[in-house]
Amino acid sequence: MAVTLAQAINAALADEMEADPKVLMFGEDVGALGGVFRVTDGLQAKFGDTRCFDTPLAESGIVGTAIGLAMYGWRPVAEMQFDGFTYPAFEQIVSHLAKMPNRSRGTVKLPVTIRIPYGGGIGAVEHHSESPETYWAHTAGLKVMTPGTPDDGYSMMREAIRSDDPVILLEPKRRYWMKSDSDLPVTTAPAREAVVRRDGTDVSLFCYGSMVGTALEAADAAADEGWSIEVVDLRSLSPLDTAAMVASLKRTGRAIVVHEAAMTLGMGAEVAARLQEGAFYHLEAPVLRVTGFDTPYPPAKLEEYWLPDVDRILDAVERALSY
Amino acid sequence: MPDTAIDPADLLPPDEPVHLLDPDGTYHEDPEHPLDLDDAQLRELFSLMVVTRKVDREAINLQRQGQLGVYASCMGQEAAQIGSAYALAGDDWIFPSYRELGAALVRQVDAAGFLHLYRGTWLSDHDPYAHNFGLMSIPIGTQALHATGFAMGARFDDNPIVTMTYFGDGGTSEGDPHEAMTFAGVFKAPVVFFVQNNQYAISVPLARQTAAPTLAHKAVGYGLPGYRVDGNDVLATFAVTRRAVERARQGHGPSMIEAMTYRMEAHTTSDDPTRYRTQEELDEAAKTDPIARMRNFLTRRDLYDDDLEQAIEEQAKSTATAVRAGIYDAPHGDPLELFEHVYVDPTQHFEAQREQLQAELAGATDGEDS
Repeated sequence: MAVTLAQAINAALADEMEADPKVLMFGEDVGALGGVFRVTDGLQAKFGDTRCFDTPLAESGIVGTAIGLAMYGWRPVAEMQFDGFTYPAFEQIVSHLAKMPNRSRGTVKLPVTIRIPYGGGIGAVEHHSESPETYWAHTAGLKVMTPGTPDDGYSMMREAIRSDDPVILLEPKRRYWMKSDSDLPVTTAPAREAVVRRDGTDVSLFCYGSMVGTALEAADAAADEGWSIEVVDLRSLSPLDTAAMVASLKRTGRAIVVHEAAMTLGMGAEVAARLQEGAFYHLEAPVLRVTGFDTPYPPAKLEEYWLPDVDRILDAVERALSY
Repeated sequence: MPDTAIDPADLLPPDEPVHLLDPDGTYHEDPEHPLDLDDAQLRELFSLMVVTRKVDREAINLQRQGQLGVYASCMGQEAAQIGSAYALAGDDWIFPSYRELGAALVRQVDAAGFLHLYRGTWLSDHDPYAHNFGLMSIPIGTQALHATGFAMGARFDDNPIVTMTYFGDGGTSEGDPHEAMTFAGVFKAPVVFFVQNNQYAISVPLARQTAAPTLAHKAVGYGLPGYRVDGNDVLATFAVTRRAVERARQGHGPSMIEAMTYRMEAHTTSDDPTRYRTQEELDEAAKTDPIARMRNFLTRRDLYDDDLEQAIEEQAKSTATAVRAGIYDAPHGDPLELFEHVYVDPTQHFEAQREQLQAELAGATDGEDS
């Protein structure tokens, strides 16, 4: 059956709320409206307005009360409406959600999932297209994952809710309407395992979230040029599956990291560092990064010039092969 | 749509804080705030304040001796903390800031364990679930949201408990207590926001914190009643808090209490209050000391004598001694525990860092041996 990423996440929420009466889903406009992207569509009607409810428009309040609800024994799933609006909640996420289990020496568990639609490519107005993954991946105590396919959207959503560690689930909003033939419910590999989406021998493309589709397109185009590209979907950004990354590099000898987020201190920097440490003598070329620029996210009409695309990836492939 | 059933006038704080005890111990009956405490409870309120001050002083001494890195004293605020915490039932929860030693002692939290945060060994070495007493929260006012979420959770679960959270006058300028009152109002969460207005946020006086008529007025904007109480009057604090707690328990929603008090010590042991307040001001504040006032009250009621004084003094001493024993030269803990509680489900990469520290520790030991 053809399922979109948004529908897959919605189905996972419904199935997990059905399976565990302690799961709560809340945020701005998630009730009657079903979320601005309809990811929570129908949940309030099905589970009532205690299990799925709208909150006041206050992101710190959403995350801070999620912490209190989790301390009580609920399993909260909180939606941040857009990436650019998570920042009011930054303190609650970084100072409490990530640290409280540790500082309580494990007596407090916070099984909170924060869902964040992220990234650009939908022509949105300012503050609606950001890629803040580095902030979360840099914060000890959080797990950060992002689905690149509808199947992963379903499976990761359920895995995130079941995790006793706090999880940031980054949902690539430009892929919400991406369809795949899925037979839900589906269980994919655990999020901590990177997955090879396409085998290749010349260059490894490491990607995640919205860039999985772009990397696969680039690999198709590269095949026309006679280049064999391996596409590795990292899936989890914290922890990173270093072993799978290194294994892929050992197969191809060349690595390119692709993400929407700006280059400096982006995930690509961490991937490059781990690859050179883990497979230095296998490197035939420097690890290259194909990313958004080190500028603020541009106005919508200019985003096509900013976002990594097939051509920018192919340029990098050519450079990698020129060494 | 606004709730027209609420008359805004009903939410407004009184012109004067509720006050039952004069400094000389004279007690004023107030039919709205009846006291049905028996003699043993009146004595217990007093002894908790004395013990708190003694342990507080011991903590300052321990800091001076290099045993604590820093300490935030609650001297002068004993009535505000003990009167309020005493008004809760055993199943109710407290979400403190970092100055609530008095409230912790009401909850029988082990004070030495509690003070380990200030020693820098571990970061709040008490089990919150054992005492229904949350972890110390240092980012100002952030705990108000945890108290609110917890109270929402209890309400969703039809559990008739109440939560209470402490923050200060400075805390009312931060965003989180305001978001907390917004959420609490909307969800009718059974939470009491207890503001200890001790007049200073480190060095900054109340006048630089707000232009509001009183801090209690801030609650009104969120549909919560704002109460005010003389926070150096342990009986008034108890009576006002109990009313707010029972109101919440009966499903009538959250409220805020502003307790007027005074921080008699420095903000923390690292602070130098002579730079921003005068000895005259301190002398004036000492006249409203909460402990002397309650002693005067007990004396007038013939509830205080030498035997009681001696018994309380001994209790205070033994608690302080236990705190000293639990802190003095206490071990710093196993460095490998740094990795123990970060994730329920740790990762390979994380394990590698743990192994690195393990190797470094082994190397350090080898070095000592050779």
